[in-house]
Amino acid sequence: MTDDVRLLPCGDAALTIELGASIDARLLARVDALAGALREAGCHNRLPGIIDVVQTFRSVTVRYDPLALSFDEITGAIDGLLDEQPTGTRRSGRRWRLPVCYGGEFGPDLSAVADATGYQPAQVCKAHSSGRYVVAMLGFLPGFAFMDGVARPLHLPRRQEPRLRVPPGSVAIAGQLTAIYPWESPGGWHLLGRCPLPLFDPGRTPPALLAPGDQVGFEAITPADFEALSRRCRAVGVDPGEWVDEPLPGAT
Amino acid sequence: MSGLRVVSAGALSSLQDLGRHGWRHLGVPASGVLDPEAMQVANRLVGNRLDAPVLETFDGGLCLRAEGGDIRIALVGGLVAERRHSEGAEVLETWRSHLLAEGEELRVLGAIGERRCATVAVAGIRIARQLGSAATYVRAGLGGLDGRNLSTGDLIPATPADRGRSEYRMAQVPPTAADGPIRLVAGPQDDHFAPSALTELGSAEYRVAIEADRMGMRLNGPPLAHRDARCREIVSDATVPGSIQVPGNGQPIVLLADGQTAGGYPKIATVITADLPRIATLRPGSAVRFSWVDVRTAQSIARANASRLHALLDTVIACSGAPLPDAAVLYRANLAGNAVNALDPRTWSS
Repeated sequence: MTDDVRLLPCGDAALTIELGASIDARLLARVDALAGALREAGCHNRLPGIIDVVQTFRSVTVRYDPLALSFDEITGAIDGLLDEQPTGTRRSGRRWRLPVCYGGEFGPDLSAVADATGYQPAQVCKAHSSGRYVVAMLGFLPGFAFMDGVARPLHLPRRQEPRLRVPPGSVAIAGQLTAIYPWESPGGWHLLGRCPLPLFDPGRTPPALLAPGDQVGFEAITPADFEALSRRCRAVGVDPGEWVDEPLPGAT
Repeated sequence: MSGLRVVSAGALSSLQDLGRHGWRHLGVPASGVLDPEAMQVANRLVGNRLDAPVLETFDGGLCLRAEGGDIRIALVGGLVAERRHSEGAEVLETWRSHLLAEGEELRVLGAIGERRCATVAVAGIRIARQLGSAATYVRAGLGGLDGRNLSTGDLIPATPADRGRSEYRMAQVPPTAADGPIRLVAGPQDDHFAPSALTELGSAEYRVAIEADRMGMRLNGPPLAHRDARCREIVSDATVPGSIQVPGNGQPIVLLADGQTAGGYPKIATVITADLPRIATLRPGSAVRFSWVDVRTAQSIARANASRLHALLDTVIACSGAPLPDAAVLYRANLAGNAVNALDPRTWSS
């Protein structure tokens, strides 16, 4: 077992395997490999009682049934998995090109972000849309993908006053991360624009559009395009394939 | 269509079951009842599968009318409720099943004591599942009736009840939940706190703040000191129901069934599964104390609790007929305060 790995109990029915404390690609690859191994062990009944395997930037949290699996049993099994897979390589994901209507009512923080960065609003949009982002984790809300890779000049702390209602579809930045809010919710990120595609649909398999390991790019669209796409999504849903550029080499 | 018509929705009333499990990696919280034991007992009383969806409501205000036939229900929890019919109203005994004749109404008048959550099981309830569960999760519109809390005019579909079946009750009304401290397992980020914070949390009295709902509850009490300024935030990692987050102001937040699946505040401790319903259903203003246990002790408590629930379910018996005489006492009991629905969404912002 690697020395810097820590097994931390989250009560009697979950535990966190902490692999680090930062956001970086090597750590994400290790997290991904461990989460995959744990899911496989759960699916193949090597570890009956596993309920959820949640991967984050720097850790994996397993919820399990303490009546089926004791803490000593699960930590023993995890030690074994860590010995088998000390590093791992990041699973290749899909490469998305998602439409965003920047500014105006859709991006109420665009001018404030421009002020804070010394950019013109159009430069902010260009810097954001030309970035290539990697989905690091899903969490907070159903389908909410934390994407890493915001250009350094756009790194800003969260808003002092979080908004009580961020509209669904809002494309936002905070620090080195960008995200799309799948649902109306409170939120403290800076809103640059809005994406018309539904990020989470319980009728779809899988329900979340994005998955850890996916690469995401953005394409600026006009308000008219936004309205047309929104109508189409409401009427006939989204074919995810339409927004995927190409699978990455080695993707399954 | 037969079922229960919502005449008045009460406070935060929703359809819930044991929750939506296996989707946390996509950011979907489990949801589900705050008190799984009450749910299972109530379902046993009406003859449902133990995992059938039930109604969860807070305090008083919920009023339901049987439509399209007679509907059998059971009431569980510290609450006072009455049956209304053309001749008037009568108090309904809790911890037992009742037949609501077509047109009769069930009205929940209020919750008694410190717990504000009441559970109503409906025999033959029919609610579609989404992602494996009927539990309502409002934020993403999942489960329940169109993913919403109950509102006036809704019909909760249920098959008409069999009049010939006897009513069921508990051989003995279970004692109210123990008042002992809520037990905690330290971590996963207990090392982000000053040693004094762990001592404080395990000994001081906290009170449930007004910001309390199915997502979580804020507590007020002695502030819990982080080890240093850098320890006030973490790179986001996963949360679970029962996680106790501590933001910069040092006041703990307990995440509950609908709580977000990840967060950037360090988590000093986790409430053990057996004690989570005891704290989750407390009303604002209630005092709460904590004590520490290790994870192995917490797991033996979980096993003992599961056995206790099995034993409790075995005490469900057919009613002999006459209602117990203490219903009037219940009715005169001090009906505790008004429904609180004052969540400040900022509490849960990303």
